[in-house]
Amino acid sequence: MIELKDVRKAFGDNHVLRGVNLTIESGTSMVIIGGSGTGKSVALKCILGLITPDSGMITLDGKDVTAGDRDAFLARFGMLFQGGALFDSLPVWQNVAFRLLRGSLKRPREEAREIAIEKLRRVGLKPDVADKFPAELSGGMQKRVGLARAIAAEPEIIFFDEPTTGLDPIMSGVINDLIREIVVEMGATAMTITHDMTSVRAIADNIAMLHDGVIKWTGPVGEMDHSGDPYLDQFIHGRAEGPIEAVR
Amino acid sequence: MTGVMSFLAAIGRYVLTALAIVGRITLFATQTISHLARPPFYWREFGQALVQVGWLSLPVVGMTAIFTGGALALQIYAGGSRFNAETVVPSIVAIGLTRELGPVLGGLMVAARVASSIAAEIGTMKVTEQIDALTTLSTNPMKYLTLPRVLAATLAVPLLVGVGDALGIMGGFLVGIGRLDFGAATYLHNTIDFLESWDVISGMIKGAAFGFIVALMGCYYGMNSGRGAQGVGSATKAAVVAASVLILASNYLLTELFFSA
Repeated sequence: MIELKDVRKAFGDNHVLRGVNLTIESGTSMVIIGGSGTGKSVALKCILGLITPDSGMITLDGKDVTAGDRDAFLARFGMLFQGGALFDSLPVWQNVAFRLLRGSLKRPREEAREIAIEKLRRVGLKPDVADKFPAELSGGMQKRVGLARAIAAEPEIIFFDEPTTGLDPIMSGVINDLIREIVVEMGATAMTITHDMTSVRAIADNIAMLHDGVIKWTGPVGEMDHSGDPYLDQFIHGRAEGPIEAVR
Repeated sequence: MTGVMSFLAAIGRYVLTALAIVGRITLFATQTISHLARPPFYWREFGQALVQVGWLSLPVVGMTAIFTGGALALQIYAGGSRFNAETVVPSIVAIGLTRELGPVLGGLMVAARVASSIAAEIGTMKVTEQIDALTTLSTNPMKYLTLPRVLAATLAVPLLVGVGDALGIMGGFLVGIGRLDFGAATYLHNTIDFLESWDVISGMIKGAAFGFIVALMGCYYGMNSGRGAQGVGSATKAAVVAASVLILASNYLLTELFFSA
């Protein structure tokens, strides 16, 4: 279980997180929604330790994420970045097997390659993609490679940062279905950040609405349409009028 | 009075900013060196950096050295002829190149080629979240990106300087025998007789220091790159400028250390 308790983070005068409280139960899929610049990615990066919060506490299974062995902590996570964040200088299979080629999870090179090809197949890519470089792939294929990398070491927790941004509706659907299937298949805990309401409905067990640095509403995805929360209603229906200012 | 205070405050802010940058770079250098003693070491990245910094810089450093050696021979001949000292051309070319021009010009050429490329590459990796991705994949970016490049440059640039010295002397030799009517044997004799091993070694030590500076500046500014194309562009420019200035400043300090009476 991941818990954020009164997490605050400011960049200069810009107070991005103003006391975020959120619980993500193990084995569930939490989707965080909210407008651009509301701190969704910052919250996610705070959990991973990529950004240090100014105050508050983040725990994983009751333990402070800043304490203990950092490598062991990170080994429990996989992450799909918004732009894929594939390493340009490495072929696709080495991107996917990155964690398996070095560090505590190191495997023989041939075995790592086989696992990479298997993971590529799992996300719907043919083995001949393995030896290409990321720049030779389309945006959708890069996302799938990123997804394959995120699941390569079979992590317990997977983060997805805007998994469908920049993709056409069909490819978005493919990625949404893959995420859902993989999370269910692996029994992983998932946390997704997105603006895409189709993704929310496809991926989420629970959702949390982040606005103005705090969680305005959280609950099961089935209750989203009847929440009675004006912020959530405005966001999911994409209305310009409401408590969320359209001009930010 | 207010105007004077504003002026002093502006100078103070500038000095504090400069000191903060020096502090951050010092800390960055210390962190980089500290990773030398802590496994793992990424040999593959180190090998790639050696090729990138050393082998691929060879043409530009070599060309610079040959032309500099030739021009130096012409200049020394022209200057020396004013007091009938034309015969010093071979020895001055050799000493000037090995002690000073070889390492400094080689360092500056490597700074232009390598510091910019490292800063642009790492800056782009930062902007596209590849540095964050490295961290989430349990790989320390300092260990994976910075240490191999800094170590490779520190080892490769002295070798480049050595090759550059030889090519520069050859440039002077070709001009000496082709344009200045030196005999080949006499030119080589004068070069070898007056050149001491310390001349070459001191230049290579300078090369090691310059290589360290070049890669460190490339990595530092890349890691601290701003967002977007403009951020990466600024980081690249800052890396080359900082590396070049530090090369010239450290060259003076090293020359003082090695050769002051």
